[in-house]
Amino acid sequence: MNFEIFGAWISVFLTLAIFSFLYKDNPIYKIAEHLFVGVSAGYWMTIFFWTQIQPNLFGRLWPSKEYSETGIWYGLYDVLNIVAGSIFPEGGIDKGHDLHFSYLIPLALGIMMLLSLFKSFNWMARWGIAYTVGMAAGLRAYGYLNSNVIAQLKATIIPIANTDLPIFSLLGESHFNNFILLIGTLTGLLYFYFSKEHSGVFGKVSKIGIYFLMISFGASFGFAVMGRISLLIGRFVELITFSSSSYHHASLWVLLLMVAILGYSAVTEKRTEI
Amino acid sequence: MKDREFFIGSIFFIFSFSIYWFLGHPYFITERLLMFVAIIGFGGILIFYTRKAQRGEEIFLRTIPGLKAVEEAVGRSTEMGKPVLFVPGIQDMDQVETVAGVIVLGHVSKMTARYETPLNVPVSRSIVMKAAREACKESYLVEGRPDMFHEDMVHYVTDEQFAYAAGVNGIMVREKPAACIYMGKFYAESLILAETGNSIGAIQIAGTASQAQIPFFVTACDYTLIGEEFFAASAYLSEKPELVGGVKGQDIIKLTIIMVIILGLFLRLAFDLGFIDFNILKILNTK
Repeated sequence: MNFEIFGAWISVFLTLAIFSFLYKDNPIYKIAEHLFVGVSAGYWMTIFFWTQIQPNLFGRLWPSKEYSETGIWYGLYDVLNIVAGSIFPEGGIDKGHDLHFSYLIPLALGIMMLLSLFKSFNWMARWGIAYTVGMAAGLRAYGYLNSNVIAQLKATIIPIANTDLPIFSLLGESHFNNFILLIGTLTGLLYFYFSKEHSGVFGKVSKIGIYFLMISFGASFGFAVMGRISLLIGRFVELITFSSSSYHHASLWVLLLMVAILGYSAVTEKRTEI
Repeated sequence: MKDREFFIGSIFFIFSFSIYWFLGHPYFITERLLMFVAIIGFGGILIFYTRKAQRGEEIFLRTIPGLKAVEEAVGRSTEMGKPVLFVPGIQDMDQVETVAGVIVLGHVSKMTARYETPLNVPVSRSIVMKAAREACKESYLVEGRPDMFHEDMVHYVTDEQFAYAAGVNGIMVREKPAACIYMGKFYAESLILAETGNSIGAIQIAGTASQAQIPFFVTACDYTLIGEEFFAASAYLSEKPELVGGVKGQDIIKLTIIMVIILGLFLRLAFDLGFIDFNILKILNTK
């Protein structure tokens, strides 16, 4: 049995094990779940370290470009090289970066996060959290304002006087569609007005806003469901492929085995209940 | 800072910027003038209302139905002797939804401390775990029940989206929480979580601004806080003046936008009919 066939059997087992949750929580699902959670947690940590921390952080603090055998900074690096040679290879880290001492700040914040493992240094983690929240708020403010506010404003200022546009069109721009866009935006905005009770005329207008929102959610729901069905078809296609003789009918054998185990487990449970 | 000082400061800023502008505005990217004005203007409105709230002036916020449901849900869990499950989304603290989710968690954990109800918070990011633990710890201290707080009530599952969903599903079917609260940033795992919660008969409350996931929560949950409602809820629950004032400030920004839209419609109509030479769309074309 070569590795491709072995991989196919594993893939079939894990796919069917996850599908078995549709029947009920069972030992096969538990195996797949724990395997998935455990492997992914370890995998993410490793991937994150080797794609971010090692090349982007250490690679900028000790780049091979600036390596010199004399000096304190690379002297420290040589010590690290002795301790962990695979992370800190000889002659500096060659990832094409220049030396940036500003990266000592994220290094310090990272160490502060780790120090929170000790009770007396627990407060240090707050610095990292504060930096993350503050940095993201500032960084995203411009982008959100541009894409969510200004772009929406531009789209809502519709051309009322444009005689080239048709009055009604099912697809594409028309005066009717533009009017719907305008009313939807204005009433939607009013629905999210919180400092006034939604009653009277204001309540009725905001109700129109929620109708618009619900229609858009319905459309979005349908679109997402179509996407999910295509994912499901993808899994079925794979199961059908692996049920062929070239994979030793992996899907059929694993399915039979699972049905047998689940059936046995159901009978045993019933007996225990009695 | 009082209103008078705020207005004097604003006028001084506008005056200084006008001088700088008429002197040729070196180092200023002219194409970004609109964004500059918008950021300064909206920022000014938010600061003004935050200060107002900090001074103790009463700010009215309408009741959001989903908020009352949070208390009901915790109460139901207490009566049934089952835990409350709180899912703060799958993104990091750099997402505003996660921050709002952690604020709501602070409120929920206060209630669980008060009613002595077990709380379970599975998280998918290490920084969120740290922040959520801090929020819960503070709540249990405030409620005078530090003995009930244990760090494992907020626990890491995994960073991977569907592995996290599988892990949380497992917790749901085994622990059978009476209330599932989803507040944060969600992606495709939203329906998986909400459907499982539904199948175990838990009362479910969701809050997210993830546009594509709201329909799933609306379908499978008992209450859903839609978009801005979720942020307003976190401000409402936190009772922090800077957040409550921020909600009022955002309301004023929304009114400003509505006025700009109406004014823009008239300006565009006048431009298209040839009454004026000023093209509003040209101004809105920003980088």
